[in-house]
Amino acid sequence: MILLIYTVIAGLLLKVPLLPALEETVRNLYFHVCMWMAMMTLFTISVVNSIRYLRTFNLRYDIYARQYAAVGILMGLLGYATGAVWMSYTWADPNNPAYASFSTIAREPKLIGTAIALLIYFAYLVLRDSINDMDKKARISGVYNIFAYAMLFPSIWIVPRILPSLHPGQEGNPAMNFKDIDSNMQLVFYPAVIGWTLLSVWIATLRIRVNLFKEKTMIQ
Amino acid sequence: MRNISRLFALFLMLLSTTLLHAQGDSSLQNTMRSNGRIYVVITVILVILAGLFLYLIRLDRKMSKLEKNN
Repeated sequence: MILLIYTVIAGLLLKVPLLPALEETVRNLYFHVCMWMAMMTLFTISVVNSIRYLRTFNLRYDIYARQYAAVGILMGLLGYATGAVWMSYTWADPNNPAYASFSTIAREPKLIGTAIALLIYFAYLVLRDSINDMDKKARISGVYNIFAYAMLFPSIWIVPRILPSLHPGQEGNPAMNFKDIDSNMQLVFYPAVIGWTLLSVWIATLRIRVNLFKEKTMIQ
Repeated sequence: MRNISRLFALFLMLLSTTLLHAQGDSSLQNTMRSNGRIYVVITVILVILAGLFLYLIRLDRKMSKLEKNN
């Protein structure tokens, strides 16, 4: 909570280097990028829980995996939405009609890659919820989750870096590189990542508690 | 299942925003580009807040339904 309050206040007030194409929008680093960081963390927790389920066959871990993945998708969607806003005012040429710059923006490998990754995770939710038998559901979706996580890396980390792109972060980890991020911005950025991640983990644990409660009442 | 399909529809809508952007009237465009485009940051924060709140309200509704059933 404190971390997030600090993020919003400091993120809006502290001095940032003004780059020509970005200007003040570079502050979006504290919001847009953190959404993706939170998503990655949640998907990682989700796959760890899937593996734990497959080792122990304790259904509780399957619920953990499902809820963490669901909140991860939420963060991914928010990252996508904020990215759409940000991009509209930095990449798109203001003098051109939108459909003229659409062809270059739609070719962005990062956009396509994240779209694929999110669709794979949607398929995970659909697969898991479409099987009625509880053990079968947990086992199949657990295995699928591992594959989904494996697909996440080529689609959002590897392929976008091979292809030419407008999106920053081509030659390394965007914003994690000590050389290309201003030291003032680091002061806000790291707490911001931790704060948003903790917030999303909190939402996920709320969902887990609800669903564990639901399972318990269903068994009785 | 219904929730997932709703989320999925939202996702498709987000994909199509790339097509629709920058077609608003020019006064909106001018505001968004003034003051070093700080309003873009504001919009981004509002999008995140709106998304999180909608999600939490849905969760809240689900929980009250559960409580009612017991």
